[in-house]
Parts: sequence; structure tokens; C-alpha cells
Amino acid sequence: MRPMQQNQSPGEQLSLVRRIWYSIFPGMAKPSEKPRGYRHFFNSLILHFRPRTVPERTLRFTLTWGLGGMAVVLAFTLMGTGLLLKFAYEPFPGKAYDSIVRLQNEVLFGQLIRNIHHWSANLLLIVVFLHFLRVFFTSAFHPPRQFNWVFGLGLFATVLLSNFTGYLLPWDQLAYWAITICTGMLEYVPFVGGALCDLIGGGGEIGPATLFLFYAIHTAVLPPCIIILMGFHFWRVRKAGGLVIPRRPTENITRRTETVPTIPDLILREIVVALVLIAAILVFALIFDSPLDAKANPGLSPNPTKAPWYFMGFQEILMHFHPLFALVVIPFLIVFGLVSIPYVRYPTNAAGVWFVSLKGRKMAFVAVVVAIVATPLGILLDEYIVDMTAWMPVVPPVISNGLVPLVVIMVGVWGFYRIMKSRYSANRNEAVQMVFVLFLTAFIILTLTGIWFRGSGMTLSWPFF
Amino acid sequence: MTWLWVGLGFVALVEFAGLVIAYLRGGKPRQGKGAGEAIVDAGPAEEFAVNSVTAFVRGRFYLCRLEDGGFLAVSRKCTHLGCTVPWKDKEKKFACPCHGSAFDIRGEVISPPAPRSLDIYPVAIENNIVKVNTGKPVRRSEFRQEQVVYPT
Repeated sequence: MRPMQQNQSPGEQLSLVRRIWYSIFPGMAKPSEKPRGYRHFFNSLILHFRPRTVPERTLRFTLTWGLGGMAVVLAFTLMGTGLLLKFAYEPFPGKAYDSIVRLQNEVLFGQLIRNIHHWSANLLLIVVFLHFLRVFFTSAFHPPRQFNWVFGLGLFATVLLSNFTGYLLPWDQLAYWAITICTGMLEYVPFVGGALCDLIGGGGEIGPATLFLFYAIHTAVLPPCIIILMGFHFWRVRKAGGLVIPRRPTENITRRTETVPTIPDLILREIVVALVLIAAILVFALIFDSPLDAKANPGLSPNPTKAPWYFMGFQEILMHFHPLFALVVIPFLIVFGLVSIPYVRYPTNAAGVWFVSLKGRKMAFVAVVVAIVATPLGILLDEYIVDMTAWMPVVPPVISNGLVPLVVIMVGVWGFYRIMKSRYSANRNEAVQMVFVLFLTAFIILTLTGIWFRGSGMTLSWPFF
Repeated sequence: MTWLWVGLGFVALVEFAGLVIAYLRGGKPRQGKGAGEAIVDAGPAEEFAVNSVTAFVRGRFYLCRLEDGGFLAVSRKCTHLGCTVPWKDKEKKFACPCHGSAFDIRGEVISPPAPRSLDIYPVAIENNIVKVNTGKPVRRSEFRQEQVVYPT
């Protein structure tokens, strides 16, 4: 021990506690410089992740709405509560439901922890979706942010998968049948569908193999994937020089903006958002219990059986298209379209301007109106009047109820695109955004239709009465 | 030398990938074997009335006796997305609660979205006892007469 003390001033013997303390917080051991206090340690840790200064204008709340930060807070809330739930949950069909009931009724705060986990998971999906919209509508996907858009989509997919695999775990009627119909959808995937079904199902019906697989994916595979992708996502934000700098449509890109120190200007704002969010979730979780239906009964399908709410849009598409198109072709087109958004050649770099330009705002508004009129009209027409398979008895349903309606819709969208583009003499930034808004609104309406306007037997009906 | 090490690293990577895949696939054949043969003894043929449907909850199928006295073991799993279809005796049809598909007593589609008839299980009648092999469902696109088994 003696030789270690060479560096210390003679006569000053440090106690064991102090020596350990300084080994953890070395910054505090140098009293000679101006006092920095324990803050120094945390500051330097934060500054490993964050730049020293950030452009003052990116701090504006109406640029980000705090959505990215909220997603991080929710992700870590979910990992924390998920870890706690892991101590109470048993992933076997005979025990899963009972273990949840026991957790809720006998464990102190068991219900609260489950509520927090449940509501955070649902909120995370919404927050991540809104973040995706924010990034799109502020054109934050132009170079050098192109590939970070793809990382973002990857994160969105993992969050969606986490939600989906978690949905089965309570093993109640709601979970069992929602997952049954979703895995039933896999059967329609060409070539690999059968193999996928075998992998998930373990023989026809979802059973112990499915539950164990979902449990493993939900608790051990996806969380590290999310953490790693998050790391890349943030790193690319920093590599891109921070967030896009918000500006008015008429304003040009200004090369230099005033910067402010990250600590405290940015960090304080983030802490405020995080604390408000956590408080809101706690209050919500105290008031509203997460749903738990009767124990899963493979012999009794409830009426109606619906997919989890975030898949309602696809379920609604499934009501109108042949399964091959609803579950393979259309999702593939959606993913392809989303990934290719940053790789289209754009005439202008609109990064930081909400809705590209003033013209872009007008066109987006028209697209919303058109979609709000056309989507319900299309649903009603297909439900009551159009019957493609009966009108075209000679061709197989894949063509008559899949390819034909899809082509009709695509031709309609293309016509709308041509008309709007020439009418407003719009550039490609504005036109692409308009098409995005058109599909986005349509998808939201399809999702809402699935949630509220599908009653018993999945027929169209009015909610609440 | 560098390339040698990179190559070796790549080989190691492939090996580990193979190992992981083999490990994850390992459990499957055992399950397949267990589900291969499962004969359910349904009982004497005359116990089932003509034009009736009897549910076998444990075997997960319905034993249908058609109007001509023939037997058909129909899976209870809807061919659309896998919901369990209940038999509606009044309307004489299987009506799926999930997406409104309906099937007649022979498992034929009356109303879509179900794309094909309900799966069937092989039926054998030995010494007038109806036996159903629930090990493996048989996929079929529509009803055909040779699927029906008659008591001798």
C-alpha cells in the first residue's frame, strides 16, 4: 500500500472510503484547479455521447416535439419494467395466464408494473410513428441523413415486432386469437409460407412452441437489437452534424447559426420532457388497467376476432384484397416505397422546412381531403357493390380480387399525381410528399375502420350503438 | 498474411452460423414424430345420426355424417386465418366468427373469404367402429365424393 501514496501530498493520509470514491470519480481528486464538483464526472460522460455545443435553433420544441427523446425514455422504461415482469412470468401455456393473474392480484405493485409496461409499449409505437412523420415532413432524410432514415425504419420494425411478440404472452383470449389470425396470414406467403408456419406453430395450432419462441424473441433477441440499432441511429444523427435546422419556407439554408452549450441548454430540456412523460405514464397506469381477457381457449374463437390495433390497417386491406396481395405484395410495396424515399433524386434540399414549401402544404392538404373522401368510398363500394370474383368468373381470384383492384388504385393515384403536378407546377419534393400523404391518410383511415367500424362477424357497423 | 486471417475469420463466422442454425433446428423432428399418428376412436357408426355433426374437442375435429350415411372428419380450423369454426345446427353450416366465412356440412365454402374447403382427417371404419387419424390434416381445394367413407 505504501508505494501507492507517492503522488499524494505528504502528511495527507486518505481514508479508504475517499480512495475508493476518487477511483470512481477521478475528476474530483484534483482540488488544485477551480472547483468543478461531482458534476464534472457526469458532464464528461454526457459529452461522450453529445457534442459540446448544439445549434440554438434545433432546440426549438416545434422542430422535434421531443419525440425521439420520448422514444428513448419509453424504450428504457420498457426494458426496466420488462425485467421486473420476467421474475413473475412463466412462459408455458398452462401457467402463463395464471402467472399474470397472480402478478396482478398478489404481488405488491404487480398490476402497476404490468400497466406501465403495457401502456408504454403502446405509446412507444405511437411516438415512434409520430417521430417518423416528423422526420419525413421536415425533410430530414436528405443527404447526409439518407441512411439514418433506413436505420429508423429498421428500429420501427423491431419495435413493431416487440409489440407483436409481447401481445401473445398473457395467453388470454385476446392474445391467442389475435396471434392465431396473424400467424394464419403467414400461410399465404409464397414459397416460404409453409416453413414459416411450421417454425412458429409447431404443428397447426399455436401452442407451447409458439409461446416459447415468442418469449425468447421478445425478451432476449429484440431488446439487444433495439439497443444496437439505437446506438447507430444516434451516432448517425451526430455524424450528420445534429438535427436539421428549422427554417421558414422562404428562408435559405444559413451556413452558420448560433450555438449554445449542450449542458445545460439541451440536457435540461431533455430531462424536462423525460420527467413529464414518466409522470404522465405513471398517472395513466394508475388509472387504467391493461386489458386481460379470459384464459385462452383454443376451441372458442371470440366474435369478432381482431388483430392487434397496429395491424388493423393490414387486416382491413385483407378484407378487400386476395391474401397474396394483402399480405405480401402490398406490404412489400409499402416497405420498398419507404426505403426508397431518401434515394429519389430531388431538385431541392428542403431539410428543415415543414412540408417542403408553401405549395407543398397546399398540395398535402388536398391529398388529405382526397384520401378522406376516397378511402371510405372505396371501402363501402367494395363491401356492398363491387364483387370482382363474381364479375370475372373465368379468371382466378388472385387476378380478379388482387391484381385488378390494385392496378385500378395505382392508375388512380398516378392520374392524381400527374394532374396535381401539372396543376400546381410542383417539383418532385412536393409531389412525392403529396403521394406519401395520400397513402398515409388512407392507411390511417383503414386502421380506424378496422378498430371502430368492424363489428360482429367483421361486418361494417357503427361503433357505440 | 492479412488475407489469410480475414479468410480464417470468415470461415469461423460461417461455422458459427452453421452451428447456430443446426442448434435452432434441432428440436423440430421430435415434435413431428409425436404428431405423426394419433388415432381417435369415435365410436360405433350407428351412434351418429344421418345429416349430423359431432364435435370432438380433444381431437380438434368434427365428425360429419352426410345425408347418404357417409362419414367425413372435418378440421375445425378455418382455412382463411385459422380461427375455430363452430357448427350452427339450425342453419346447417360452419360459421367462422372471425371474418364471416361459412362452410356446409361437407366443409365446402359457402361464403368467402375462405379460399378452400376445410381440411379433412383420414377416416377408417373397422368392425363398424369409426376411427379418425388426427395426426395429419389433409388439405383439399374442394369436396369430392372419394373423400367420404361409408360403413360396410
